[in-house]
Amino acid sequence: MFTKITLGQYYPADSFVHRLDPRTKLAVTLLYIVSLFVANGIVGYALGAAWMAAAVILSTVPLGYMFRGLRGILFLLLISVAFNMFLTPGEVILSFWVLQITREGLLQALRMAIRLTLLVMGSSLLTFTTTPTALTDGMEQGLGFLKVFRFPVHEIAMMMSIALRFIPILMEEADKIRKAQMARGADFESGGLISRAKALIPLLVPLFVSAFRRASDLALAMEARCYHGGDGRTRMKPLKYQRADYLVYAAAFLLLIAMIFSRRFV
Amino acid sequence: MPIILSHVSYVYEPGTAMEAPGITDVSLTVREGEMLAIIGHTGSGKSTLIQHLNGLLLPTEGKVFWNGRDITEKGFDRRAFRGRVGLVFQYPEYQLFETDVLTDVCFGPKNQGLSKEECTERAREAMRSVGLSEAYEKRSPFELSGGEKRRAAIAGVLAMQPDIMILDEPTAGLDPGGREEIMARLCALRDGGMGIVIVSHNMDDVGRYADRAAVMEHGKLVLEGTPREVFRCEELLRGAGLEVPELTRLMRKLSAGGLPVDTDAVRPEEAAASILHCF
Ligand SMILES: Nc1ncnc2c1ncn2[C@@H]1O[C@H](COP(=O)(O)OP(=O)(O)OP(=O)(O)O)[C@@H](O)[C@H]1O
Ligand SMILES: [Mg+2]
Repeated sequence: MFTKITLGQYYPADSFVHRLDPRTKLAVTLLYIVSLFVANGIVGYALGAAWMAAAVILSTVPLGYMFRGLRGILFLLLISVAFNMFLTPGEVILSFWVLQITREGLLQALRMAIRLTLLVMGSSLLTFTTTPTALTDGMEQGLGFLKVFRFPVHEIAMMMSIALRFIPILMEEADKIRKAQMARGADFESGGLISRAKALIPLLVPLFVSAFRRASDLALAMEARCYHGGDGRTRMKPLKYQRADYLVYAAAFLLLIAMIFSRRFV
Repeated sequence: MPIILSHVSYVYEPGTAMEAPGITDVSLTVREGEMLAIIGHTGSGKSTLIQHLNGLLLPTEGKVFWNGRDITEKGFDRRAFRGRVGLVFQYPEYQLFETDVLTDVCFGPKNQGLSKEECTERAREAMRSVGLSEAYEKRSPFELSGGEKRRAAIAGVLAMQPDIMILDEPTAGLDPGGREEIMARLCALRDGGMGIVIVSHNMDDVGRYADRAAVMEHGKLVLEGTPREVFRCEELLRGAGLEVPELTRLMRKLSAGGLPVDTDAVRPEEAAASILHCF
């Protein structure tokens, strides 16, 4: 039950994309998403797909993984395609019962599907190639300028990285607790909604007790190592841009510019 | 009813980047009325192995038989089966959840569909046989000491009155007195006809209490026999990252020093008798 969920879904490898600075990957993914929304025709989507293909190849993440990520949004994809197909007014090309498919609707649906697919692939590639820790580090440094506006960047990044660190631990623990209770005859699978919710009590109580214990241990351990917030804190491995990072930034800006120009070819 | 594992292999998260072999081609029989100790270095697959004994993990390959039936079959009632083969995990914190110890111990029998009176009666009996007096009945399980929690957890499984009880490191983190007491109580259960399987890192306990020992190394069952037979293979045990009991080492030193003692002795009584015999 719990072992199936892969959160953070990092794919361990040592590729060009894995080695990029997390700030670069975050910013470039953002640029990529923006350019997908700028694109509005076949040329633009082809550019987006080519960018994605290059990124996947450079990342060495198997294609199977990329598509597995898409399975999660299949339902969403189908719904948005259906809505666009049936509800866009225009020239009717097919109609049955009360439903009408228009030419505009079909095109709109296709566009939507391509855009969503590329978008999800892009963001899952980010999580496949970047550990959650690196991701929060990247966010903390990349958004550091917000501190000027008294936005608690460090605190939020710290909370995020602690949460991300503990999610797999708690999931593993939930699995062990579930097994321990199943060994005593607990039944988590059958019964109605209410009896199922009640069956969760033997799982949730030990889980919460353990989470609180862990939280207090962690707080103690952090204090014991003189943690007192982000002020004046230095890093063991400060993030540093390499040449590859600048190259990728440049390529991403080129992509955006190309996308803007591609709008003329619709 | 014995549990028979036949060529069982288990792989964690097959087909992903996290794929890891748990156990490989293990064949083992667990019987009632005897104490089987499973020993092995950390990560050797002991916990994975015991979860196959009550159907919490189903083998990737191989079969598990109980009562002449394949437990992996569709339609086999694994929930009822788990009442016959009890499993106590290493950390009691993973199972204690009720407001008081008695209610918590009742959880197992209640899931078996027994009446309230019967549950309470069984729970009381189970608590008595792990050495928790009536004074503990109304205490919160979260306020107990480590050793008391361990006992409450064992009672929680014992109350289901299983034929075979499996315990993952039941004495880890206990003081010597507590360890000895738990082991003595498990022996008493064994003498009453129950099958006991323990995972242990304590070779002295294995030599002293177990009837049979199985050695795991890298997910494989490499050696099986009486503690006497197993601890005779010192080289093989070293290779698996294990030691022989202190006592056996002492006997071997004495023998090397010229005293004609029984170098395979694993129980204190045996050793004492053999030393006295020399004078
Ligand atoms: N949930 C899991 N997911 C993936 N791999 C696992 C999981 N649980 C155990 N393993 C792997 O299976 C192997 C056997 O683990 P197991 O827990 O059975 O060892 P063990 O002998 O009980 O060790 P210990 O003495 O430390 O309790 C180890 O290599 C471990 O990394
Ligand atoms: Mg273990």
